[in-house]
Amino acid sequence: MRENELLRLPLPSDNPLEPPAEWEQLRRRCPVTTVELPSGDKAAYLTRYDDVKALLSDARFVRPTAGDVGAARIAPEGAGGPAADGSTALALPDRGEPHLRWRRQVGKYFTAKRMTALRPGMVRIAEGLVDDMVRHGQPADLKAGLGFPLPVYVICEILGVPAGDRDRFSHWSDAFLNVSRFTGDQTRAAYTEFAEYMSAHIATTRAAPGEDLIGMVIRESEGEGQGLTDEELLGTAMGLLVAGHETTANMIGKMVAMLLADRTRWERLLADPTLVRTAVDEALRFDTNLGFGIRRYLTEDVEVDGELLPSGTTVVCSMPAANRDERVFSDADDMVLSRSPNPHLTFGAGPHSCLGQSLARTELQVTLEVLLRKLPNLRLDVPVDELKRVEGLLVGGLRTVPVRW
Amino acid sequence: MKVHVDEGRCCGAGQCVLVASEVFDQRDEDGIVTLLEPRPAADLHAAAREAAAVCPASAVTIDDDR
Repeated sequence: MRENELLRLPLPSDNPLEPPAEWEQLRRRCPVTTVELPSGDKAAYLTRYDDVKALLSDARFVRPTAGDVGAARIAPEGAGGPAADGSTALALPDRGEPHLRWRRQVGKYFTAKRMTALRPGMVRIAEGLVDDMVRHGQPADLKAGLGFPLPVYVICEILGVPAGDRDRFSHWSDAFLNVSRFTGDQTRAAYTEFAEYMSAHIATTRAAPGEDLIGMVIRESEGEGQGLTDEELLGTAMGLLVAGHETTANMIGKMVAMLLADRTRWERLLADPTLVRTAVDEALRFDTNLGFGIRRYLTEDVEVDGELLPSGTTVVCSMPAANRDERVFSDADDMVLSRSPNPHLTFGAGPHSCLGQSLARTELQVTLEVLLRKLPNLRLDVPVDELKRVEGLLVGGLRTVPVRW
Repeated sequence: MKVHVDEGRCCGAGQCVLVASEVFDQRDEDGIVTLLEPRPAADLHAAAREAAAVCPASAVTIDDDR
């Protein structure tokens, strides 16, 4: 990297599982630098752990939305789908007290205890998907067979959607996020279908609320008058799909690929399955394909590492670069399956840190446990450097994860 | 060891409960942290420290007795 050379995101990397060389140099010499986003807009780019954590934790600042005129856009107008362009089909409060209220109403569903209670259902789903994959024969794409369906099936359970409608949810979710495979018209059509389906589902649930998330929010709002509107419930369901499906699907594929890329890792887990919990968090830390980071729009001047970032700046926080910071993680470039504590920033930090992180961790742990138990001979069917990244802007991943067993 | 939790900072991620369920819990009504064991026994110290380290909102802190 030469001085004065403007970096463009996403940064290229030679190997699909390795970090771009620039991160280490930036953390050492240039922890606050200017980058150009795919839209052509400029942003400040943070790569050190302490800086990224401090800014993400700062309750004054949130992700830019359509109202923040002058904020850096990720992609050019129209590209990137409803999740990327900030126009946001999600009718959800995104800051301050209203955000806190929404977060607590929905977040209480995602307690660690409740996620643990969902575990047996997740195990059954994962086992069924692995059985189907085996029945179809090898080699198989683990991402298509297990990574993609598992989280959407779990989200359907959480929303109280019947199992028979899961594949419609898979399609809608794909259409919301896969901007290269679907046109804008197809994405809008999918959203209309999804909104009609969910509105009917919400109405049915209002008549007889069950134990699912929608039912819980509706039931608990009775009497207090503090509940969510139908529009907010629809936005919540949409948010769960957008935030919880593709991210987890990709993470399942990447986690398995990283563990099989050096098969001594897999063998260590076979020998000691009690490492699954720490191995999952280490996979989350070690992943370099997280997308290029989380944006924050500054509405006040902020000093970061001695540099003044003026109000109006858009900051991109690189969690994967921060997760490799040697100041915080010893042997940061080694995948240490027993690493503890592991305060990685993959789920963000502070008041906007991932609402579904206990869910994601539980899904990843279940996936790994089921694979270790049912397919101990699992291995990659291609050399690591032939794994291909997805072209997505927000959520990084591998296109396919070909495996044998 | 004395464990402190800051309910105002808590974002309800539940990491502390996943790591140290004997020391921490979450309230049913809003998912916010509650402290079960402000002075955990020695065999729980490592888990309590890990919970403090991984809390995404830095809502868990530990005082060591001297």
